[in-house]
Amino acid sequence: MDGIHDLGGKHGFGSVNPQSDEPVFHARWEARVFAMNLQLGGNLDRSRHAIERIDPISYLADTYYGRWLGGLETRLVEEDVLSQSEISDRAQMLGAGLNDRVAARPKPSQTRRPDHQSSAPAMATAERTLETLPRFQLGDRVRTHNVSVEGHTRMPAYVRGCVGEVTGVHGGWVFPDRHANGHDDSAEYLYTVRFTAEMLWGSEGEDNVELSIDLFEPYLNSVDADD
Amino acid sequence: MTDSRMALRAEALESLLIEKGLVDADRIEETIAFYNERVGPMNGAQVVARAWQDAAFKGRLLDDGTAAIQEFGFSGGQVDKLVVLENTPDTHNVVVCTLCSCYPWAVLGLPPRWYKDPAYRSRVVREPRAVLQEFGTTIPENTTVQVWDSSAEIRYMVLPAMPLSWTGQSHEVLASKVSRDSMIGVQVLLD
Repeated sequence: MDGIHDLGGKHGFGSVNPQSDEPVFHARWEARVFAMNLQLGGNLDRSRHAIERIDPISYLADTYYGRWLGGLETRLVEEDVLSQSEISDRAQMLGAGLNDRVAARPKPSQTRRPDHQSSAPAMATAERTLETLPRFQLGDRVRTHNVSVEGHTRMPAYVRGCVGEVTGVHGGWVFPDRHANGHDDSAEYLYTVRFTAEMLWGSEGEDNVELSIDLFEPYLNSVDADD
Repeated sequence: MTDSRMALRAEALESLLIEKGLVDADRIEETIAFYNERVGPMNGAQVVARAWQDAAFKGRLLDDGTAAIQEFGFSGGQVDKLVVLENTPDTHNVVVCTLCSCYPWAVLGLPPRWYKDPAYRSRVVREPRAVLQEFGTTIPENTTVQVWDSSAEIRYMVLPAMPLSWTGQSHEVLASKVSRDSMIGVQVLLD
């Protein structure tokens, strides 16, 4: 989806601000949100999509673990584990004000309510063996598709419609675009594709810069040698 | 949203999940302690120091990072498949995740805040040399800057170049000098 999370190449965010001697967690609640997410496990692609659906203002304001919290709230409500009012009532009982935001504000989405079996702990790995052969080989030139996917996808918009070279073939991996909708953990071939800065950013690109990114086979089309 | 309101939301969720038996309070504490104390860039630094001292290990590390870090007992934690990228005079590697904040937890621990914030995620793919400058890192014009956007389940760690003057130092001393930022690729190690 063309959401706020798809940040690659966006202008206007200012300088990077490293903090020296940064703690692993900045507050106790961050650590608890992190640990709850790990313990509940489940479908990682669905979790990522729940975070992407947080409204853009909150996505930027809530910081990283705030987004994890929002994504977790959304998942638990959508999977009928908790109700929105249960969460609101409990937060107010603990001292939240009546006007406080007490849960995530997800945007409407095409995401279907998942089967309950998708709440099972995630597989240890998303790597899969495929019976078919990969469509592309090392050195092939490929063009990324130019599709604005409404649901979850792992191809950022900044590489859309660009021609690059396959520099890695990584076997089959669960295809996040399908898996984020619930139960379909079928796999697709995964490749590393390398682009020049000029291809991505035109004359704005810096000199002697390349970008490598991992892309699934359905995102890619072959390019004729003379294209 | 203020931190205290976020803390209330987190507390509300945690108390409900504990009551329903879906999370265990003791395991929450164990997980927090594990990531505070046992997992961090000191793990990756061990791997880097060994690669500098042991050419055969370095070969295995670059060939199959996942298997090589298992020699240290480092595994899991966001690392289904680890690819280690060697910095050379020809290529300087730097890692990002523009879509979320994918990071090789098993070797580097949890990412710093700047890695997860919009400024780094938006800019390092478009103007990596300018971003590296803000970290005090200048990459020569004739060295290619290779940016790696971790968009799937493969995780990337940079093997920084060792300053020549460190040759002959012990594993422990070398490991103590390997910074987290050099393994993300925003820093070059200097004498």
